[in-house]
Amino acid sequence: MRMTTVWGAALLVLGLAAGPAAADSTPSASPSGDASAPTSAGTSFRTATEIDQGRTATASASTGDYLYWSFAADVLERPTVRATVKLPASHAAQTWQVDVYDGLRRRQACQYGAQTRTAAQGTAEVEVECVLRTVRAWSEPWADDPLPGTYYVRLTTVRLQTADLGQPVDASVRVESKDIGGSAAVDGWLAEPLVPGVAVASQHDGKDDDSRRTAVLSSIEPDGGWSSGWWSDRWVWTGIGAVLAALAGIGGYVLTRGTGRPSRVPPGA
Amino acid sequence: MIRTQRLAAGVCALLAALASGIAFPAGAVADETTALAPKVDLVLDVSGSMRTKDIDGGTRMAAAKQAFNEVLDATPEEVQLGIRTLGATYPGDDRRTGCKDTAQLYPVGPLDRTEAKSAVATLSPTGWTPIGPALLKAADDLEGGEGSKRIVLISDGEDTCAPLDPCEVAREIAAKGIGLTIDTLGLVPNTKMRAQLSCIAEATGGTYTSVEHTDELTDKVNQLVDRAADPVVTPVATEGGSSCPKAPTLKSGLYTDREEFGQERWYRVDVDPGKELRASVSVAADRTMNPDHGLLVRAFTTHGREIVRGEAAGSGRTDVISTGLRYPKADSDDDDAPAETVCLLVTNSFSAASGVKTTPGMPVELTVDVVDGPSQADDVASFGLGRGWWLLGALVLFSFLAGLVWGWLSRWRVAVWRTN
Repeated sequence: MRMTTVWGAALLVLGLAAGPAAADSTPSASPSGDASAPTSAGTSFRTATEIDQGRTATASASTGDYLYWSFAADVLERPTVRATVKLPASHAAQTWQVDVYDGLRRRQACQYGAQTRTAAQGTAEVEVECVLRTVRAWSEPWADDPLPGTYYVRLTTVRLQTADLGQPVDASVRVESKDIGGSAAVDGWLAEPLVPGVAVASQHDGKDDDSRRTAVLSSIEPDGGWSSGWWSDRWVWTGIGAVLAALAGIGGYVLTRGTGRPSRVPPGA
Repeated sequence: MIRTQRLAAGVCALLAALASGIAFPAGAVADETTALAPKVDLVLDVSGSMRTKDIDGGTRMAAAKQAFNEVLDATPEEVQLGIRTLGATYPGDDRRTGCKDTAQLYPVGPLDRTEAKSAVATLSPTGWTPIGPALLKAADDLEGGEGSKRIVLISDGEDTCAPLDPCEVAREIAAKGIGLTIDTLGLVPNTKMRAQLSCIAEATGGTYTSVEHTDELTDKVNQLVDRAADPVVTPVATEGGSSCPKAPTLKSGLYTDREEFGQERWYRVDVDPGKELRASVSVAADRTMNPDHGLLVRAFTTHGREIVRGEAAGSGRTDVISTGLRYPKADSDDDDAPAETVCLLVTNSFSAASGVKTTPGMPVELTVDVVDGPSQADDVASFGLGRGWWLLGALVLFSFLAGLVWGWLSRWRVAVWRTN
């Protein structure tokens, strides 16, 4: 009886505490077709167009082009890259593929989603998708786990007929992230996010005499900057655990005392 | 002929400009900006076949002229634009002369729109299609400066000047200069032309587009010129050694090199204690390759022990294959601890059919970053904190038991004290 009350109270406290955290976890979706979203794509890692998460970037291109975009992904996010290509009116069967690379240009595996799809002859549209693994704050150098930093998206045709080369296509790409929360909060963190050219960029910051626009390999940051990495909802869970433990301890203690005076003590004492 | 016409046009434009009181912006550009200014050379095919009337009811030449006028209006101020023609002057049948027929219509430099437009207006479809020689000359036009360089080739037929393969010319141009890209546009192309123009584009990391309408041509050329105007990091050329002691020492930055099939390239990077080395390598497939390929990047100590590796493999059509690695060097208590030299070895497993040229090697792009090292993990979980219902249950259960025991203990103590 008492135990259920404790659990009930625990649930209530937890619900209150986890409320704001749960509200955070919905991806920050803004309406598509933003005026500020980029309308072109790069053609190599170096020239990749930087896009923000939750915005639909578009590009007009030609079949056979290699289209590159880059976005920033921070810890505890699980990014999903979705690309749609509007194909010309007549074409033979062609295979489109989306690849995601991390800041070290290592190919990242897709957990779910059709990364490669073949558009049959005359299809108007093809959609490819890649759901990445959760971005962690730290991993061993021998692993290729996703780390916070820049991610590159490459969209291209991997199989096509020569006759289809160079035909106009319209591509759009959208990156959204699911907040995975503290379950993926690992210990350790990187001194700098996995952003290519970060060492060179920080040297420039120090000099401060460079007034003209210098090109950097990647300058993208998540909204509100990179997370410092120390906060996770593990603090909430552990805190609530401590409070509940204290209450349970007191509860157990009180239980042994009963109500009022101990029965064995003589009334006259 | 062209030259005198251009001169005349230039004088007219100058007079017109002086009369209306418009100053030329050209001379006022600072030296530094000029050195970094992006350069674009538009190479236009003016061969006899451009007379064909199949683009929006007009001739191909008319479409090209209209597109050029619009592009010249929309060119960003910072771009230095030039125009080169091929097959514009020699109408005869002599192949040798016809294949040398390429001329600079407007020199690469600060753009005077009026002058450039009147130069374009003089063009009329004439001769052969010497794409290869025109590309070589265009590369010369773009020489000098550190900004990005782009050749936009607009053609309506394949090269008529074999055996000089324009595709190999493009590859050699790319190997000579850094950051030069060739984009190709085919006007009403056939399959052979598509293959040739897209081969030229792929050799330099450029794009190929088929054009059937005037507005497509305008949009695409505008897009390419704008792309040239985007500031981009220019890599530094380096040449990897055949073994670690012979390798060049690299600092943080972006580098470019060439690597042939099956060749080994070594580089050295000094990593101080407490720092982390990050290296990524891309090798571009700039020619017809066999479909299956791979790339291996390994970091070695100077004694030859492998520390960490990055590997990538792929199959099918691709522009580059890339991988990277990370090596955090442990911090040292000794302040004067020397930097460790890490040897990077880049090898590829690309292969090509026997007819394909193996030199120059494939372009390699190498990014090196030496940053502060990561803080090591002491636990799987962040700060060793707990999470989840099992944690709460365990905490509550153990505390409850502890409370009970404590309670009993104190009751027992009180009872003992009372009885005594």
